[in-house]
Amino acid sequence: MTPEKILFYVFATILVLSATMVITRRDPVHSALFLVLAFFTSAILWMLLEAEFLAIVLVLVYVGAVMVLFLFVVMMLDTNKAAMRAGFVKMMPVGLIVAGVMAFEMFLIVGPQYFGLDKFAMPAPHPADYSNTEELGRVLYTVYMYPVEIAAVILLVGIIAAIGLTMRKRPDNKSLDPSEQVKVTKGPDRIRVVKMASEIKQEAK
Amino acid sequence: MIALSDYLMLGAILFSLSIAGIFLNRKNIIIILMCVELMLLAVNMNFIAFSRFLDDSAGQVFVFFILTVAAAEAAIGLAILIVVFRNRRTINVADLDTLKG
Repeated sequence: MTPEKILFYVFATILVLSATMVITRRDPVHSALFLVLAFFTSAILWMLLEAEFLAIVLVLVYVGAVMVLFLFVVMMLDTNKAAMRAGFVKMMPVGLIVAGVMAFEMFLIVGPQYFGLDKFAMPAPHPADYSNTEELGRVLYTVYMYPVEIAAVILLVGIIAAIGLTMRKRPDNKSLDPSEQVKVTKGPDRIRVVKMASEIKQEAK
Repeated sequence: MIALSDYLMLGAILFSLSIAGIFLNRKNIIIILMCVELMLLAVNMNFIAFSRFLDDSAGQVFVFFILTVAAAEAAIGLAILIVVFRNRRTINVADLDTLKG
C-alpha cells in the first residue's frame, strides 16, 4: 500500500459518496453543494494523474463558475420540492437495476484483466521541471489551432444565446433610445399643428 | 501502484451513479442537468487516465474541449430553464407537456 494508493482510495471514496449524495438529496441546493465536492475531489484525482493544468481548470471553471451558476439558478427558482420528489421511491428499483447492470458490464470491459498493471504499466513520473501547462499549451496552439478557435466561437455563441434567451422587454420600461432622440428634425417631429375651430373666451362667473 | 483499471472503474461507477440519478430525479430538470455534468466528469476521468498511461497529451486536449463545450451547455441549459420557469412557473418535467402529440 503506497501512499499514492491510499490517497487514491480515500479520494475515490469521497467522490463516489458525494456523487451518491448528489442524486439522493431532497434539496437541490444540497445536491449542488455535493456536486461541488465531487468536482473538487476529481480535481485532486487528476493531480494524481499529473494533469495539473486541467485539475486547476476544473476547480476554476467548474467550481468557480458553472456551479455558482447552478446554485444561483437553484436558489432563484421557487420549486415545489414535494412534487419534484414524486416517483423517487417508485423509480428506485429500476434505476438501481439499470445502473447496477451498466456498472457490472463496464467492469467486465475495463476490469483488471484488460487494463491491469501488467497490461498498462504505470509510466515513470515526470521530472520536477516538467510543465504540464507548457506541454498542453504547445500542442493546443499548434496542432489543435483550429479546434481552439472553434471552441472560442462556441463560447461566444453560448454567451449570446444565454443573453438572448433570458433578456426580455418589459412593457413598463421607461428607458430612452438615444438614436431615436437625435434623429428628430425641426419640422413635424417636434411640433404638431392642430386645426380647430376658434372658441369664444368664457367669462368667469 | 494505481492501475489504469482503477481509474476506469471509478469512471464507470460515477457514470452509473449519474444514470441512476436521472432515473430517480426524473421530475427535476436541475438535478438532471447536474447528473449530465457528473457523466461528463466520469468521461473526463477516463480520458485523463488514458492520457497518463499512454503518455499522450491528446487525451488532455480532448478534456479541455469537453470542459469548454460543457460550460457553454450549462450556460444555455440554465438560460432555457429560466425562460421555461418564467413562462410556466414550474420546472417539473411532468408539467412541460405542451409538445405532447
